[in-house]
Amino acid sequence: MKNIYVDHAATTPVHPEVIEAMIPYMNEVYGNPSSIHTFGRKARRGLDEAREVLARALGCQYEEITFTSGGTEADNLAVIGYAMANRENGNHLITTQVEHHGVLHAFEFLEKNGFDVTYLPVNADGIVSVKDVENALTENTILVSIMYANNETGAVQPIQEIGAFLSEHQAVFHSDAVQAFGIERLDMNELNVDMLTVSSHKINGPKGVGVLAAKKELTIQPNLYGGEQERKRRAGTENIPGIIGLKKAVELMETTRNEKRALYKSLRETLLSRLQEADVNMLVNGSHEQVMPHILNVSFPGVNVESLLTNLDLDGVAASSGSACTAGSIEPSHVLAAMFEDSNRSQSALRFSFGYGNDLEQIEEVAKRTIKIVQRLQT
Amino acid sequence: MATDTQKAPEDTRVVVGMSGGVDSSVSAYLLKEQGYDVVGIFMKNWDDTDENGVCTATQDYEDVIRVCNQLDIPYFAVNFEEQYWNKVFQYFLDEYKAGRTPNPDVMCNKEIKFKAFLDHAMSLGADYLATGHYARVDHSNGEVQMLRGVDRNKDQTYFLNALSQEQIKNVMFPLGELPKPEVREIAKKAELATANKKDSTGICFIGERNFKEFLSEFLPAQPGEMKTLDGEVKGKHDGLMYYTLGQRQGLGIGGAGEPWFVIDKDLKENVLYVGQGYHHPALYSEGLTAEGVNWLSDKGAPDAFRCTAKFRYRQEDQSVYVEQGEDGQVHVTFDEPQRAVTPGQAVVFYDGEVCLGGATIDQVHKKEREQVR
Repeated sequence: MKNIYVDHAATTPVHPEVIEAMIPYMNEVYGNPSSIHTFGRKARRGLDEAREVLARALGCQYEEITFTSGGTEADNLAVIGYAMANRENGNHLITTQVEHHGVLHAFEFLEKNGFDVTYLPVNADGIVSVKDVENALTENTILVSIMYANNETGAVQPIQEIGAFLSEHQAVFHSDAVQAFGIERLDMNELNVDMLTVSSHKINGPKGVGVLAAKKELTIQPNLYGGEQERKRRAGTENIPGIIGLKKAVELMETTRNEKRALYKSLRETLLSRLQEADVNMLVNGSHEQVMPHILNVSFPGVNVESLLTNLDLDGVAASSGSACTAGSIEPSHVLAAMFEDSNRSQSALRFSFGYGNDLEQIEEVAKRTIKIVQRLQT
Repeated sequence: MATDTQKAPEDTRVVVGMSGGVDSSVSAYLLKEQGYDVVGIFMKNWDDTDENGVCTATQDYEDVIRVCNQLDIPYFAVNFEEQYWNKVFQYFLDEYKAGRTPNPDVMCNKEIKFKAFLDHAMSLGADYLATGHYARVDHSNGEVQMLRGVDRNKDQTYFLNALSQEQIKNVMFPLGELPKPEVREIAKKAELATANKKDSTGICFIGERNFKEFLSEFLPAQPGEMKTLDGEVKGKHDGLMYYTLGQRQGLGIGGAGEPWFVIDKDLKENVLYVGQGYHHPALYSEGLTAEGVNWLSDKGAPDAFRCTAKFRYRQEDQSVYVEQGEDGQVHVTFDEPQRAVTPGQAVVFYDGEVCLGGATIDQVHKKEREQVR
């Protein structure tokens, strides 16, 4: 039985062309981009080219790109780095209850360090209301961080609207766009955001690379101290092979984005309708309209999700649910808990996410195997 | 989930309950060597974090991961915190509240490992559930019989006495035929990550912590007097639940003569009775009444019969006469007086190698005085 991977929101396979592009930067162009010799210059050139590609992809300037070790570090840099450096302008921060832990736990850290944080609720579709953002805003608010698309439900937040509103306020606007990158076109100017987080390994690039795009006039306190790389926003020798890989992944994505979106949309619709046609009890979690096409989150009432996921894996289907704790058991999802009062709904929720390598045939097979297991577990 | 003996090992799925210890690691290893389709599952039954906020089960789960990767078998975790709390921990507290000394391992086997976990394993298409217990199952007599582990020192049938036919019919105990030192040897030879890991001791949810402190988080302690049977006050006790019959440590009574032991508890008057000498006559009993008897055989047991019994884990078998009463009660008469038989603990019956079943000790019958109090 062939294994089928439908957990692309967790991480993705690296595209073969990305691997090809990275190899020379490990065995030939191995210089340190800060070195002032031929080897260093070659590496620096690769780094600069990558920075340009990222700046174009995100609608920002070349010097506004900071390469990090991943999405979490970029989120931490944006949230903690900005708040700590701008404390004298205010003590109030706003985020949502459904953020990725890279943002959420950064805010909890700031809260412990004396900041006031408002965690905005979401509706049953997983969407935050612009009105709530407006109401939460005070003259002491210095930072608002709201994710572009939710990693568990795919729900897309009204970033542009919120950004437009915030442009009149001193608060800067950060958005974690990790789940949207590669599928949605992200332009910081159009979105009215001041800081944007993206990650390489969600778009068929290598792990260990992320980007914080941040307006150059913003003062951000670094999380790492050391060399003067990345305009002092992020010390440490740059992960050149990884950054080159990310660059290639972005270039590939730019040419394939539209067809990908169409494919994922049809995969999502196929899986959804197969599950709906089948004789299983099911609820769809998250917005039907404002949603990323590569994520489908459904609950199977009465089914224990640990049993479901284990069965699926033993039958060769790799999906996911919430997050596993360090002792391996599934923790209740804070995202679904913010959407529904019914804890049974979040305890039986399963996330399918599509990506590179998935096709219709696979998704039909996923539907077949899932239905069989759910029917067995629901009786 | 038929027990199809015709199935080839590679078509036979065995779910192994893995704790991160050496015993369950070797169980999984042996089954894998025999060619079974082995799946390792870690049970998380208790939610607690250490001083760094890290879940206390993390280390054990990481050991499960390392061993499963060595064996190239899939591993998963399953959470039974709610069931454990309701079925095992509540019982544990209730028994202490009632002045008895509970045995949570017996309850955990009955309600969690061989019920919730067995159900989970079966929902994964398992043909068998395996654990690292030192016990054997014998299918040769039509019914399934549970036999002692060949390592007399490690035999764990005492803790498995409350299981039914249904619960053991699809169970494998790969360590039942092995002496513990050999299990360690196998682990070392196979270079399993857990080969040198210390065996866990005590009650799983308390771990390395101080028992008194732990219990005081959940039950209010009522300090009271410590008296001899003649009524002489010998000091204060911290709360009856902290003491077990026959206990010597922690009484804090000095002076000349033989050491002091706990010989009885009076819950109503909140008095802890103490006496001098390991063999204090008040510690000895001639029989007991136990409740909730379970017979491993569906056929039950005769109304009255002779067999051997244990009143605590690792005790030598004692000859007894068993009479069944009403509503799952059993009356057990000892051939020889027994020291420190403790209400709340299990009495487990044996016929040679076969574990017949057991019951929970309710009352202890002492010589010439019905009750001390």
